[in-house]
Amino acid sequence: MEIFVNGEARQIEEPCSVSKLLENMEIVGQRLAVEVNEEIVPKSRHAEHLFHDGDKVEIVHAIGGG
Amino acid sequence: MQDDKLIIAGKAYNSRLLVGTGKYKDMDETRDAIEASGAEIVTVAIRRTNIGQNPDEPNLLDVISPDKYTILPNTAGCYTAKDAVRTCQLARELLDGHDLVKLEVLGDEKTLYPNMVETIAAAEVLIKDGFKVMVYTSDDPIISKHLEEMGCVAVMPLAGLIGSGLGICNPHNLRLILENAEVPILVDAGVGTASDATIAMELGCEAVLMNTAIAGAKNPVLMASAMKKAIEAGREAFLAGRMPKKAYASASSPIDGTFF
Repeated sequence: MEIFVNGEARQIEEPCSVSKLLENMEIVGQRLAVEVNEEIVPKSRHAEHLFHDGDKVEIVHAIGGG
Repeated sequence: MQDDKLIIAGKAYNSRLLVGTGKYKDMDETRDAIEASGAEIVTVAIRRTNIGQNPDEPNLLDVISPDKYTILPNTAGCYTAKDAVRTCQLARELLDGHDLVKLEVLGDEKTLYPNMVETIAAAEVLIKDGFKVMVYTSDDPIISKHLEEMGCVAVMPLAGLIGSGLGICNPHNLRLILENAEVPILVDAGVGTASDATIAMELGCEAVLMNTAIAGAKNPVLMASAMKKAIEAGREAFLAGRMPKKAYASASSPIDGTFF
């Protein structure tokens, strides 16, 4: 199955949860927020939210800004 | 001066200087400058996590801890109400429900002037969704009052274009905005050096938000310290009430009792 993470295509094995993706990307435990198809997936639901083919995922964090 | 607090959305702050975290050389300089500024409210931007790049680079929120600072996520880079609302929602999730945001919706890349039509549309959605909105605005007294009446917790007119360092370009408009304000008015953008910050405070602004004036100085940490003093000096001068201006001299030493 193919999803798009921060604009880039990524192949993942089904079933894949948000938690699993973050684990695979080695960014577990970092301060970040996740959106799937423009809907926030709260941290409390990372483990249960499963991806579907073609999902558009945004993973964001805080950086310097004014 | 101990009791002279800045109140934003019901929370009291000792510092009237709000600072950004952009354009610094590295995280050490960011941390040192912010510490020297004495700021308690610190802005951050929300961007895509760089996948697979510099995994060891410290996270900004590890350096500027939400336990120590009030983090003010901004919507910089947004040109539509929709993008700004989305950014705020992601920021709230990122910061565990923290709902104070700096709303800015920009109009064009050359001036980074705010698009007030989109800004007002975004503010309406955000306020309804429970956000506490500090809003970046043009220095228009009518629009500023409207933003206050909508329920924005602070109204932040530009003094000059973002990152321009041009100083307080239109003090007359700021005066008009301040005259009618019932929420804190902050100058956001335009400050170039310490005297600009003092002028903003002398006019009666509740606080000043700046980034480039500190980060873009040759010695950012020293400029941060200068800004802290400039804000305090301007605030005290405002509270003290300046002497009236006169067209002619008025001797400071007594005229009576001279022996010559």
